[in-house]
Amino acid sequence: MKKLIYLDNNATTPVRPEVVEVMDFCHTECFGNPSTVYSFGRNAKRVMDESREKIARMIDASKDEIVFTSGGTEADNLAVFGIAKANKDKGKHIITSKIEHHAVINSCKALEKEGFEITYLDVDKFGIVNLEQLEITIKKETILISIMHANNEIGTIEPIAEIGRIAKKHKIYFHSDTVQSIGKIKVDVKEMNLDMISISSHKLYGPKGVGCLYVKKGTRLKPILYGGEQEHHLRAGTENVPGIAGFGRTIELAISETEKEVARLAKLRDMLQQGLSKKIEHIIFNGHQTERLPNTLNCAIQFIEGESLILKLDDLGICASTGSACSSASLEPSHVLMAIGLPHEIAHGSLRLSLGRDTTDEDIDYVLDVLPKAVEELRAFSPLYKEFLRKGK
Amino acid sequence: MYSEKVMEHFRHPRNVGEMENPDGTGKVGNPVCGDIMELYIKVKDGVIVDAKFQTFGCGAAIATSSMVTELVKGKTLDEALKISNKTVAEALDGLPANKLHCSVLAEEALQAAIEDYKKKEVIN
Repeated sequence: MKKLIYLDNNATTPVRPEVVEVMDFCHTECFGNPSTVYSFGRNAKRVMDESREKIARMIDASKDEIVFTSGGTEADNLAVFGIAKANKDKGKHIITSKIEHHAVINSCKALEKEGFEITYLDVDKFGIVNLEQLEITIKKETILISIMHANNEIGTIEPIAEIGRIAKKHKIYFHSDTVQSIGKIKVDVKEMNLDMISISSHKLYGPKGVGCLYVKKGTRLKPILYGGEQEHHLRAGTENVPGIAGFGRTIELAISETEKEVARLAKLRDMLQQGLSKKIEHIIFNGHQTERLPNTLNCAIQFIEGESLILKLDDLGICASTGSACSSASLEPSHVLMAIGLPHEIAHGSLRLSLGRDTTDEDIDYVLDVLPKAVEELRAFSPLYKEFLRKGK
Repeated sequence: MYSEKVMEHFRHPRNVGEMENPDGTGKVGNPVCGDIMELYIKVKDGVIVDAKFQTFGCGAAIATSSMVTELVKGKTLDEALKISNKTVAEALDGLPANKLHCSVLAEEALQAAIEDYKKKEVIN
């Protein structure tokens, strides 16, 4: 088999064998509907409740504050639309940022069409949201602040505890998309004054199609799906028991390993960054250099275009991603890279390498060996590079 | 998804590099939109005898540049002017819808190079 070095763990992760094991059990041995009263159904409910407890424990919540969803996107939708629907009598103003995941940004855009006013906060060049702007934007009609914990593209960690304090002071609901941060850095809903957080299982070595929204007790929230009474009337539909079981198991495993794994990943990431900056000229590292996820490295390599680099890396067995316009269906460059102020031509050469559990020292050595060569090959026929060299002379 | 042909031209682009003393140069695109193509041609007795390119852009931009240089070689100027973006895309067994503009760029680069040649001819 071709060598595979998977450096796109912020996109998704492989499911751990221990997780597959509990899911297999649920698929075949514990397939009852958790809403039924007979013991076979109750077993499924028990499995689900165990997962609920594990997840709640990890974030310092209680188990009835966890609402299972089909993933991070649904959790974000439930938070944004659910608060909007339940609190529009108080006001129709929502504050978010320019670098949120599309699940939040596009939910907000949909609400704009329904007459809500949305403020998209600016970020600085490192991707940190502007807190002064947040404070002056708040008004009595503000019903929700939604700011992500860590950015999926550049890895920047937002000052969530501070935002939580501001939200609490003004009695505004505070939601955070913690899809990228859970399991990598500490999330404590009490310390951070969070009313809602979105979590996804597949970014943390669990199955796809399952996630949850933490909803603090007493939060005024309306469902976005109608049907049965599952999940405290907040999410109708027969629960994805195998997925939820796998989700709980992967969270449990992550808790016991996080500290060691985070240190290992940060070391590898630094090794990668130092190697790239030494071996490739005209490379810019994006995002905050200290307030950042341990596994994420985002850079812009000048005079080449990101999609062509991704294709070259693919031929070398490396999976990575880019925020280049050419790689998106819309042909728009990444909104995150635009928000941190990168010029279009630099954003085109962006490359995200996101490390994970399976990443080894040897993988990093290999990337450092082949990536600079791939860049060199593309620059060899880049008219931008030629022009740059000519001007330099 | 790219066709095998696109990937083949991306992996092994033909006629890559700068041409010394080209008879015509076509430069299209800009860094903001994400693609820049430079196409060079050599013309002898009204026939394009050589073509080369340099491109900054995605896989499709590189493959269409490569393909257009292959298509024009040996063609008269009139024949070359008939090469459209569609010709280039078809020769590559098609392009994804959002990448068709790359073949338009290749057509424009070719036309610009021929125009440049004709201008120089008039001066000479």
